[in-house]
Amino acid sequence: MSRLITRRSALIGLAAGANGLLAGCDSLGREGPVRKLIFKGDDWNRRLQRLVTDRTALAREFAPEDRSPVFRANGTRNPDTPSYNAHAANDFADWRIRVDGLVATPLDIPVAQFRAMPARSQITRHDCVEGWSAIGKWTGPQLAMILKAAGLRDRANYIVFHCADRLRGTPYYESIDLVDAFHPQTILAWAMNDEPLTVPHGAPVRLRVERQLGYKHAKFVHRIEAVHSLTPIGRGQGGYWEDVADYDWYAGI
Amino acid sequence: MTHDAKPGGTRRTIRRHALATRIWHWVNAATVVIMIGSGLMILNAHPHLYWGEYGANYDQPWIDLPHWPGWLTIPSTYNLALARRWHLTFALVLGFALLAFMVVSLVNRHFARDLRVRRREVAPRRLWADVKAHLAFRFSDPERPGRYNILQKLSYVAVIFVLLPLLIGTGLTMSPGIDAAWPWLLDLFGGRQSARSIHFVCAALLTVFVVVHLALVILAGVWNEVRSMITGRWTIEEERA
Repeated sequence: MSRLITRRSALIGLAAGANGLLAGCDSLGREGPVRKLIFKGDDWNRRLQRLVTDRTALAREFAPEDRSPVFRANGTRNPDTPSYNAHAANDFADWRIRVDGLVATPLDIPVAQFRAMPARSQITRHDCVEGWSAIGKWTGPQLAMILKAAGLRDRANYIVFHCADRLRGTPYYESIDLVDAFHPQTILAWAMNDEPLTVPHGAPVRLRVERQLGYKHAKFVHRIEAVHSLTPIGRGQGGYWEDVADYDWYAGI
Repeated sequence: MTHDAKPGGTRRTIRRHALATRIWHWVNAATVVIMIGSGLMILNAHPHLYWGEYGANYDQPWIDLPHWPGWLTIPSTYNLALARRWHLTFALVLGFALLAFMVVSLVNRHFARDLRVRRREVAPRRLWADVKAHLAFRFSDPERPGRYNILQKLSYVAVIFVLLPLLIGTGLTMSPGIDAAWPWLLDLFGGRQSARSIHFVCAALLTVFVVVHLALVILAGVWNEVRSMITGRWTIEEERA
């Protein structure tokens, strides 16, 4: 009997098979029904999580001594646009936060007024999608209070945060639904560890949405928009990373 | 049960695996490969593990892992977003399949009949005898060929009742949404970064199980073993006394 299967050909076949399988997984993830399936998982996990957990549950808050010694900054460390640099040079004294879209009363809040609003302080854990975690203290008004002041219209389903930084030429933005927008720990932080926010951490104002991963916590926020649908914004996936790199819109997992 | 006379011995075919066990096995065969491949991809994003609640660059990891090559990861080139989508979608399959298998195996008495570890079986003498039998490539007891030996029982029990539940529990602890609702998970595993470390250690142990399992399938006779997991029928060769 001829030895059709030698050890060498078996090994080559095995390696080629593994590569073929992986290439298969790659293309399955790029198009077709399997891509649809793994993109549906985001939705299933969100629905399941909301079904089996208390929607108002608070993220754990820590004691001051539990804070990490160094809080790493990620994403855009400095927007570095002429307009942002001018604001930074002026200590953000002229920064304003616009609240518009599907609201009864659009607001245009100067940062000084913003810092004078009743604030919530919380020491929470920040989880990056990459896997690391850091603990810090955040201070700022609750988003719910601002949305109530503006008066959301009935058709509003999502809150979109427009940011001053651009990545690869595209403005950064993020969005959350009303469950997280009205959560008591969802704040617009202007202070971190009892100091005004630094530029790497999103000065002068960043979102803290404590039950989701780091990329949701939009930095350099200058406009908050209430919308009915996310489709018309950016490429329609609800955020910068969702649009350009297929990240999950729901980052609670 | 059928009997075929063959020169030099008898060949008997027995029903070895219930349908639920076979379905669960093959669902896992696919799911575990996807979970390990996509898990290694996710780990490539920050291949440092810590104990406690926090841990990032500048903090002290207990281990710095190597970068996993593309032929081991899903997808095969660095793509954290897609790896997470594979991982978190198939995590639902892994979790609910385990739950269904556990319920069915209680009802059809698979656990009670096949996996219950009896005190006399774990006596050191018996364990040692089974180790020696494995080293001599004897993987079933000729007296009771349809029964799992004690090393088999212990490894299946470890995977079904320890490793998989730990993987699922520590996986849930890495979800900031679940942590808010079920903070006891953080207390149970000693913090989010500890949970991440335990998750990796359990995944490594599961990988060892898969490798040993495949090796033993090959040594015990691929065709008979694979067929028994597809059709449920397993053939025993018996030598005439």
